[in-house]
Amino acid sequence: MSDAEDLARRRFAEDTRSRRWAGAVGTFIRQRPVGAAGAVLIVLMILAAVFADLIAPYDPEQGEFLDLLLPPSAEHLVGTDPFGRDVFSRLLYGSRTALTVGFVSSLVGSTLGLILGVAGAYFGGKIDQIIQRLMDVLISFPLIVIAIAVVAALGPGTTNVIAAVTVPVIPRVARVVRASALSIVAMPYIEATRSVGSGALRIMFSHIAPNVFAPYLIMLTAFLGQAILLEASLSFLGLGVVEPTASWGLMLRGAGMQFLERAPWLAIAPGVAISMAVFGFNLFGDSLRDALDPRLRTA
Amino acid sequence: MQRYVVGRLLLMLPTLLGVAVLTFVIMRMVPGDIVELRYASGGAGVSQELIDQERALLGLDKPMYAQFVDWMGGIVRLDFGQSLWTGRSVLDEIAVRLELSIELAVLATLLAIALAVPLGVLAAIKQDTWVDYAIRIFSIGGLAMPSFWIGILIVLVLLTVFYWSPPLTFTPFLEDPLANLSQLIWPALAVGYRYAAVAMRMTRSSVLEVMREDYIRTARAKGAGERLVVVRHALRNSLLPVVTVISLEFAFLVGGLVVTEQVFNLNGIGKLLVDAVAHRDYTLIQALVLLLAFVFVFVNFLVDMLYVVLDPRIRYT
Repeated sequence: MSDAEDLARRRFAEDTRSRRWAGAVGTFIRQRPVGAAGAVLIVLMILAAVFADLIAPYDPEQGEFLDLLLPPSAEHLVGTDPFGRDVFSRLLYGSRTALTVGFVSSLVGSTLGLILGVAGAYFGGKIDQIIQRLMDVLISFPLIVIAIAVVAALGPGTTNVIAAVTVPVIPRVARVVRASALSIVAMPYIEATRSVGSGALRIMFSHIAPNVFAPYLIMLTAFLGQAILLEASLSFLGLGVVEPTASWGLMLRGAGMQFLERAPWLAIAPGVAISMAVFGFNLFGDSLRDALDPRLRTA
Repeated sequence: MQRYVVGRLLLMLPTLLGVAVLTFVIMRMVPGDIVELRYASGGAGVSQELIDQERALLGLDKPMYAQFVDWMGGIVRLDFGQSLWTGRSVLDEIAVRLELSIELAVLATLLAIALAVPLGVLAAIKQDTWVDYAIRIFSIGGLAMPSFWIGILIVLVLLTVFYWSPPLTFTPFLEDPLANLSQLIWPALAVGYRYAAVAMRMTRSSVLEVMREDYIRTARAKGAGERLVVVRHALRNSLLPVVTVISLEFAFLVGGLVVTEQVFNLNGIGKLLVDAVAHRDYTLIQALVLLLAFVFVFVNFLVDMLYVVLDPRIRYT
């Protein structure tokens, strides 16, 4: 085969691959407009987070001491807080915190869950039993309680919050992934791969994991909204992100409660931001679940 | 059946033990030493002697396994140790706040069910009409809005529109039901909204599914009125998944309570937990985390038992 032919073939393969992606996206938008609306919200939020430096009219952490608690106006779209900081700018930077915690913790948590779920299903027996019992124990803690326990041990701060939000995700993903992986493990082609001498790691990650990718992706998106909610709750309790970092939950905590009557915008704006974010991820996650695997439909 | 119940109860033991071990381990993840950390946060210089003394007092000079055995031994005798902050027994600290939190949880659950079941059924029988859409939008809101924010909004509306804020001191329900409810109904609403939203969605889809069954057609064919068909035939059979969801969501209820108690300044278990974390009161945190996990495991068990009552086809053997 000549180089030119090879190149042409590779180009063709790439071309169809990208076209297939574009086609899938198009179908998703046409068949699930609600999910697409959620995706738009998510994209807007990501843009706000990425370009916060460019969009934000003021420094989110530096206040003007003469501009305390100003009501919303043309200069300060959502007013200022008791430190004279621009609330709109803080909202923009807050999306950074929310998305970072949301994405990192649900990605890490789901991936650890995937590994444990696949390993349990593949090895079975004692190893599976041990993993299952461990997951049972982890799942016995209400989400926020185990998160609070982790923060209590590690102390507040963004990295620790990520750890705290990650922990409750793991067992929930592991369970779902294990259930799907069990049916894959029983397939003849796994037996075949084993008989040609593939190692356990290879079978688990190149043959089983890709086939449980749908439930993995569904759980991951489902937990994005939860993770953002959890971060906001922890920060609201003063057990999450610490000042002066902008976080929506934190913005509701101090000033939002203290100046409720005098400056209601402080209490309303961050809550709207949290709700819109969770709303977007929920809409997108639900549609993705329906599109990928209708059997997993829950409440 | 009896054997099954006993078996389930026994099976809970290893899980509960695991919960205890995990709680213990997490609390020992604290970098450094609890005693040093507490004195260091006080700022003053403390002699090594005092630190050693305090450590011995808390049993921290013993090896890890001995500490765990001590702790478990105490729990069996219902002795959870002393709060590091107030010096009072942990059990007392919890006991004085338990009534409020339990009432709040029950109130929120009742509110949620009272909202969810009728609205869910209504949405199902009016499927794809504006009633259905309105109810669904209402429920999507409950899933997206954090309960503590709804709490803040409730306080805001009460303050600015009615110039009134809920009383801050807790009155037991039996003493003065009105005063009691005027304080607790608001946080219960804030927490119950999410709960209701989830249960509502489940009720709706569950009723829709049941309505397609043959026996519903039979019921209609024999001339039963629509109301009878829905209430007696459809609703009863669609309650099972709703109950499941209510038990699954119990974890969120607990979470919602922890945060919402803070908004309404209620002196309950949730506030105690948050304060304990702020004060680095490790004995108290340990006991509370354990307690909440126990309650959660136990509620799940109760719900499993409830299935039998709701669905005569289910018989555990």
